Amino acid sequence: MKPAPFAYLRPSTLEEALAALADTQGAKVLAGGQSLVPLLSMRLAAPSTLVDINGLPDLDGIAADAAGVRIGALARHADVLASAEASASQPLIGMALSHVAHPTIRNRGTTVGSIVHADAAAEMPMVLRLLDGTVDVASVRGRRTVPAADLFAGPLESTLAHDEVAVEAFFPALAPGGGVAFSEVARRHGDYALVGVAALVDTEGGEVTRARIGFVSVSDVPTVVDVSDALDDPAGAALAELEPADDIHATAAYRAHLVKVLTPRVLADAIHHARERTGA
Amino acid sequence: MTTKMFGAKVPRVEDQRFLRGQGRYVDDLLTDDPRLLHSAVLRSPHAHARILDIDVSDVLDVEGVVAVWTWDDLTGPMAEPLPLLIPHPTLTHGRTQYALAKGEVNYVGEAIAFVVAVDRYVAEDAVSRIRVDYEYLEPVVGIPAARAARTAVHPDVPDNVGARMTQENGDARAAIAAAPHTLSLDLDIERSACTPMEGRGTVARWDPDTSRLTVWSSTQTSTGVRGCVAAKLGLDLAKVDVITPDVGGGFGVKVVHPWPEELLVPLASMTLGRPVKFTEDRREHFISSAHERAQEHHVEVGFDDDGRVLGLDVEFWHDHGAYTPYGLIVPIITSTQLLGPYKPQSYRVTFESVYTNTVIVTPYRGAGRPQGCFVMERTMDAIAAYLGKDRTEVRSANFIQPDEFPYEHGLVFQDGRELTYDSGDYPASLAKLKELVGWDEFEDFRAEMAAQGRRVGIGLACYVEGTGVGPYEGAHVHIETSGKVKASIGLTTQGQGHQTAFAQIVADTLGVRFEDVEVVTGDTRKMPYSVGTFASRAAVMSGSAVHLAALRAKEKALRIAAEALEAAEDDLEIADGVVSVKGTDASIDLGTVAVLSNPLRYAFDEASKAATQFRVGDPGKPPVAEGDEPGLEGKDFYSPPRSTFANGMHAVIVETDPDTAEITILKYAVVHDCGHLINPMIVEGQIHGGVAQGVGGALYERMAYDESGQLLNASFMDFLMPYVTEVPTTIDIDHLETPSPLNPLGIKGAGEAGVIPSAAVFAAAIEDAEGFPITAMPISPSELFALRLEHADLPAEALSEETR
Repeated sequence: MKPAPFAYLRPSTLEEALAALADTQGAKVLAGGQSLVPLLSMRLAAPSTLVDINGLPDLDGIAADAAGVRIGALARHADVLASAEASASQPLIGMALSHVAHPTIRNRGTTVGSIVHADAAAEMPMVLRLLDGTVDVASVRGRRTVPAADLFAGPLESTLAHDEVAVEAFFPALAPGGGVAFSEVARRHGDYALVGVAALVDTEGGEVTRARIGFVSVSDVPTVVDVSDALDDPAGAALAELEPADDIHATAAYRAHLVKVLTPRVLADAIHHARERTGA
Repeated sequence: MTTKMFGAKVPRVEDQRFLRGQGRYVDDLLTDDPRLLHSAVLRSPHAHARILDIDVSDVLDVEGVVAVWTWDDLTGPMAEPLPLLIPHPTLTHGRTQYALAKGEVNYVGEAIAFVVAVDRYVAEDAVSRIRVDYEYLEPVVGIPAARAARTAVHPDVPDNVGARMTQENGDARAAIAAAPHTLSLDLDIERSACTPMEGRGTVARWDPDTSRLTVWSSTQTSTGVRGCVAAKLGLDLAKVDVITPDVGGGFGVKVVHPWPEELLVPLASMTLGRPVKFTEDRREHFISSAHERAQEHHVEVGFDDDGRVLGLDVEFWHDHGAYTPYGLIVPIITSTQLLGPYKPQSYRVTFESVYTNTVIVTPYRGAGRPQGCFVMERTMDAIAAYLGKDRTEVRSANFIQPDEFPYEHGLVFQDGRELTYDSGDYPASLAKLKELVGWDEFEDFRAEMAAQGRRVGIGLACYVEGTGVGPYEGAHVHIETSGKVKASIGLTTQGQGHQTAFAQIVADTLGVRFEDVEVVTGDTRKMPYSVGTFASRAAVMSGSAVHLAALRAKEKALRIAAEALEAAEDDLEIADGVVSVKGTDASIDLGTVAVLSNPLRYAFDEASKAATQFRVGDPGKPPVAEGDEPGLEGKDFYSPPRSTFANGMHAVIVETDPDTAEITILKYAVVHDCGHLINPMIVEGQIHGGVAQGVGGALYERMAYDESGQLLNASFMDFLMPYVTEVPTTIDIDHLETPSPLNPLGIKGAGEAGVIPSAAVFAAAIEDAEGFPITAMPISPSELFALRLEHADLPAEALSEETR
């Protein structure tokens, strides 16, 4: 469990980092390292070069306003979770982050890193997708903004090019009539969820005008299902689009059952949240 | 009088070091030595294959690689199979692996080549460059495949059966046939493992100038490692020292020896003339150390209207993995300790120990008892359910009674001795447990919870544990001229608090201050005669030995002090390290007695002046009398006639979520009897740790092999050792102390107690909550959900709706 040899670069400007990525075949970006370093140690990944971005300035910001929450590439989960401004603007961020692993991992792991790692068993890629957030991406070719809907290509695969660095994620604020909720079932506290479910609803006068549900661990990529027209059977509508699978921790049937248990609960919680916020 | 230490909740002296990060483990050793080399092992990626060719030609090109070994490079005893440590007449087809695979591999993880390099990174790079040609063979995975024997793990064992063993007391089958009621049960336990925080590790340093080998190993038996290293490397025993530094947990796996690396590291050090280290990583620990627990059992039981067992017939299959280095200890323990606190009128047990292409199976804390307890307690619960009786009533009807000790079962135990219980009071233990857990009030609680839509269940399980297995342990106690006391015991320590518990015994026996006693463990230079730390034996064996050794030192101290004080020995007492004549002011420090015990030619300090040749002794006699020895020391050994039997009873209240099938622990209660308690805090710590490990084994942990013999969860991400969030935040403990008549202190072992009844007690509680039988453990929410579907008339959707 020692990594294969790799070159290590620790640039001090974004430009240097992008140039290094563009010039080096097989380079990987190291941010919090909570997924990458174990992969290296197990020799499941053997990049030629690690470009450590922890020395770059101005990437650890967490800024929230009425539009939403901007989270820099070096902002740690723990800092995002502790940000009252972030949770005030978009409460789902904090609700989901409290389920991300353990405090020691959250102290080092980055929210943006988790998103571009694109694990469908992780909470934050799904949350970004549910909220229709975006990721700002930089490379020697310039910057671009990638909508969450275009970010996830497959299992553990994002649409970012090898020389691109995600520098910031944007989570839209919760709309005035909106409500959110999150729940998951995991084998142990802090484990990847067997099933995780988040709901985002819009209401007008207390009535639901739009309802979307995001799922963790029951599909290959972070999946969101619009259940606006299926409020009486949101789980049924969702299961038509999900692909729960067997693994050593749970059967597909049990995961489907958890979708049925959790989806209506989380939807009801989100509606309750919206009504509480609007006083409806 | 010195404060009595035996029985006191003395804080552990070792915790200062451990909690400050000052523990010294094998991997911490020789780190400043620039000559130290590191090693890595090429391990089989296949469960069953012939090795056609190994090509290491690319390896020595890697910068920093120093040497590589395959089986072809081994000679003499090193080229022979590893020892079969505990032979048994019924182990007719025992097999052990080679230090490096010879021509075939029989599990994923089996060692094939050994690389030594300047650091572990380079060693692993080199390992990845070794090319092996395999001819794949069909793997045998799991007990059903082993029994079907479509393929043989070892070609010369075509039925995959390493051993068949039967023991019988009375005619159980006839008793069952004649019984008013009978039941049949099939009960399974899956594979798990010890998974200590620190894996295996060995460092060796060969000194070519003195031809002396020093080996540090993370082991439960330094004397065992020493004997194996000397034999395998062709060294005189006196040229080999084995030292066990701090060990980060053992739980059984580290009693296995010699591991291939425990021999290859010393071999490499001797060959290369440099110190060499092997530190196992976590993945290696999963695939190349040892597992346990996997057994399938079939029970036939006949009983009367009161639930009295008239005949019990148990047949089981034990998966011992690819090899049998530790013999049949685990299934023999299951077959004998299954009986627990009960006295069936007749009992027959037979087992087959079978080969599979998986990691070897050797004792893991509990060592076959958790399986036996599961079988017996599930049977008791089944009888109670069949008769409609309270589960405690059926158990009471079968208990051995307090006046029936010593109780002979008519069977032979794991140590080759008669299975004879020495003491216990099971009815009293059960009464305490019922009180502690609120057994008689539970139905009210169940109703109260049901009114809130919540589902709860209660279970209990009883066990008896043979502890303090022989053959012997020894101790050496040395009172220095400073008055400080050094006690050496041979067996090793893995965090049990030996430095504290043994110091308590020495302090009381000698009459010295606890702070003045220092205990050394696991160093063959200090105590070369020892067996090891396993089978809950340290307190019983070394505790008794250190008491006896301290008594010898005390006898000598009193003899010398009596002379010095011109008093009769019977008039002396020792307290706080001072010998005094009772009822007078006349006294002498034990340190001064130590000075007087050692006639000196040279004075090296003020105290030693008192013992020089012109100061002491009768000039007409030899300074050391015939038959006497210089120095104030005592050495003795304890060797018991047979094991002493501790016992305990656990109860748990669980909640099962009607929707998600998640299982939550609401209350956990333990009544424990290990005879006289040396240190209740340490005993309770052992119980806490055991219960936590038991929760893991019952609800979370399993070795998930696929059909090709790959271990799918060889990491702590997927092998679900419980976190602190998954184990009970409180464990209610009550003690009963029925002393053992077999040793001078009346003690019994406590190390394995907490883990033995876990599978049984959780199965009982979940069964009680759910209303259908639980016959296989561990159990996950996904499996509980599947069982609900199997036992429900309603489809899954309706089940969820119904409970909302």
